[in-house]
Amino acid sequence: MIYIRSMLDTPARRGFLTGALALIATPWPALAQDDALAGAIRAAIGDTPVQDGGITLRTPPVAENGGQVPLTVLVDSPQTAERHVTAIHVLASRNPTPGIADFRLTPVMARAEVQTRIRLAEEQRIIVLARFNDGTVRRASAEIRVTTGGCLT
Amino acid sequence: MSNLNAPRVRIPRQVRAGETFEIRTLIEHPMETGLRQEAGRTVPRDILTRMVVRVNGELALEAALHNGTAANPFHVFYLKLDRSSDIEFTWTDERGREARHSARVLVA
Repeated sequence: MIYIRSMLDTPARRGFLTGALALIATPWPALAQDDALAGAIRAAIGDTPVQDGGITLRTPPVAENGGQVPLTVLVDSPQTAERHVTAIHVLASRNPTPGIADFRLTPVMARAEVQTRIRLAEEQRIIVLARFNDGTVRRASAEIRVTTGGCLT
Repeated sequence: MSNLNAPRVRIPRQVRAGETFEIRTLIEHPMETGLRQEAGRTVPRDILTRMVVRVNGELALEAALHNGTAANPFHVFYLKLDRSSDIEFTWTDERGREARHSARVLVA
């Protein structure tokens, strides 16, 4: 037993373990980004099931300048006390961090529409989640190609 | 604690009751992510994190802004009013700097 422990504790053995762990802990960057995106979606809507559609996303198919990309989100919904959108979450699939913006809306707004300008490091997918006052969540996404990446890093 | 530069807000001075009207806002801010290198050094993080719009004190729109929002955050949204109202805009960044704008919109 002592023999085995001492073997496990040899510097060579530790070096091997560290190397193996590093390999596991450093997957492809894309996988790390997928995890970050999944985490951000969970943070935004928890485990609420999502339905696709019912959201109009206006973005250019190709962004010349990734640093300033116009984005319009228009949710197909009235914005009345009875039926309205309470939140719009905007996420990016391949930025160094997935968060773009979270908007909280109230029936004081005339319609569930927000326009903003976002930045994209590279070609990727924009994901928009809209939560309604009954708790349901809708989703839309758009692919945007980027000629010159926005300077996030 | 210093203040942010004055934001630019485009809002009509007068609208009809129940009419949908557009508001455009632009505020100067670098939106530095803290991930960017310049001449081998990391540029310190400096993010404008919050924009709040209130109508007669009641929340209309609140934005939490993250790394993916472009520098000089720009937003367009739509309101409607049934009476003359005071619209209050507030922006706050992570360093505690703040900008405010207020507008009176008359309902004819």
